[in-house]
Amino acid sequence: MKNFGGFAALLKKELIIYFAGPIFYITGFFFLVLTGYFFYANAVYYGITSLAAAAQATNPEVAAQLNPQNMVYQPLFMVLAIILMFLVPLLTMRLLAEEKRSGTAELLFTYPLADWSIILGKFAAAFLIFLIFLAFTASYSLAFCFMARVDLGALAAGYLGVALLGAAFLALGLFASSLTENQIIAGVIGFALLLLLWVVGWAQELGGGGALGRVMQFLSLTEHYENFSKGVIDTRDLVYYASFIFFFLFLTKRQLESRRWRA
Amino acid sequence: MEMMIEVRDLTKYYGPLLAVEHLDFQVAAGEIVGFLGPNGAGKTTTLKMLAGYLSPTSGTARINGFDCVEQSLEVRRSLGYLPENVSLYPDLTVVQFLRFAAQAKGVEAAGQAVEIRRVMASCGLEEVKGKLVAALSKGFRQRLGLAQALLHQPPVLILDEPTIGLDPFQIVEIRELIKNLEGAHTVILSSHILPEVAQLCHRVIIINRGRIVASDTPENLSRQLGQGARISLAVQGPEAQVAAALQAVPGVDRVNSRGEGRYLVEAGNDQDLRPELARSLVQQGFGLLELKAQEFTLEEVFLDLVTEEKTEAES
Repeated sequence: MKNFGGFAALLKKELIIYFAGPIFYITGFFFLVLTGYFFYANAVYYGITSLAAAAQATNPEVAAQLNPQNMVYQPLFMVLAIILMFLVPLLTMRLLAEEKRSGTAELLFTYPLADWSIILGKFAAAFLIFLIFLAFTASYSLAFCFMARVDLGALAAGYLGVALLGAAFLALGLFASSLTENQIIAGVIGFALLLLLWVVGWAQELGGGGALGRVMQFLSLTEHYENFSKGVIDTRDLVYYASFIFFFLFLTKRQLESRRWRA
Repeated sequence: MEMMIEVRDLTKYYGPLLAVEHLDFQVAAGEIVGFLGPNGAGKTTTLKMLAGYLSPTSGTARINGFDCVEQSLEVRRSLGYLPENVSLYPDLTVVQFLRFAAQAKGVEAAGQAVEIRRVMASCGLEEVKGKLVAALSKGFRQRLGLAQALLHQPPVLILDEPTIGLDPFQIVEIRELIKNLEGAHTVILSSHILPEVAQLCHRVIIINRGRIVASDTPENLSRQLGQGARISLAVQGPEAQVAAALQAVPGVDRVNSRGEGRYLVEAGNDQDLRPELARSLVQQGFGLLELKAQEFTLEEVFLDLVTEEKTEAES
């Protein structure tokens, strides 16, 4: 591929900058503290309720609900999504805003790079950083497998869901970063849009039934994530995330193109 | 002759603000052209449009035969660009930055190391190659900016204020470097240091308020404005008498006495008055110590053209 060199150059450059700056280490640290805490709390709670259920010989229907998937992983994945909503805008806010503010954009955009090489290179770098964080959480998720009987397939589906959700958040965050020269504003826009897309699905429950409610529910990031967290992979959800990611990367490209005409 | 840069009717507005108006010029292959003008004249805007960073409001610019808007990618492949006050990634080391630039510019992986060594050597960057860009002095940053422009040996180089912020030693080095590009590269550089332009460039384009006010070789520009000649003399003798004797020579317009026996004679037309002046002084018994024709410096040409513009605009 002709553009691969440009893509690789961007990917490498962004990774060097991530590892050189504090954002990666600080967000990574708090991400792991938070997920670690929730995982631990879930696991302990699961242990206590299981013991109590065994001692009191609770009815079998309730007992069936007491499995690691329901008690530990699903709540963990839901919490992960909330944490990512705060964390991803912090990872992406610099990507394009800082190029414009510092003036490095002038070199970057006068190199013979296709816009897609720039966008995908930056996106891939942020995604790799995010996967590194996720890999650390996998260490305790997998450690738990030795202590309890875990459905590994469902766990893998859950992780696929988080990865897709993270990628969707990153695409939106990258777009937010293309809108402004100010990192903080890029972060705020990213966070606000994510929050909006997260809660939009609640319209249905808040009584906004009908067609509009269903559309809003379909657009919501939550709806499509829940299935994964339960261990279910649905093609509709895969298509939703793929289109979501493409849509925001495409908007980013349009935003970059329009830069030349304004200024 | 093959034209590497062709600019036609190039106009750029920033909103309602006119930055560049109907620019027309061409640069032949191998030529070094200086872009000269006061701050805010539109030099940087023009260079940014040539580099494909800004789009013109109207008109066209072609580099190496490619249109700067329609064939932006091809244009960017044929040029090396040093922006004004170049910004580089502070978190990368010099070598990391050059590797990034080489890869982004599509230098073959096999030739990258050689190419990076070449530009580091020609820009004197070896001693700082492991340093972070953030830790570099202004001079080294400027050299790194120039080094990245030279990577992959582009046929056209656009250098916006290449010697700004450098100390006198570095300025001499960078000028030497640019001088060496002659022939192999087509260079367009902007500057407000007039001697630099006079020294480096085959041709000077003077731009003011977004318009070209003059375009010629540095020598021609001086001559054109000079219209006639100025002669400086050093003469022994009473000042008033010497001045009177000089004034008496036919063709002399004005005599300025500068003290300590030094005089400046301005002649109205192009004829060379030196023999006449010498004869007249010697005949009258004054001691002629020095006699020399003076060309107008580019600085004077520049000031003259720019102020002429101003008075025109005001009236």
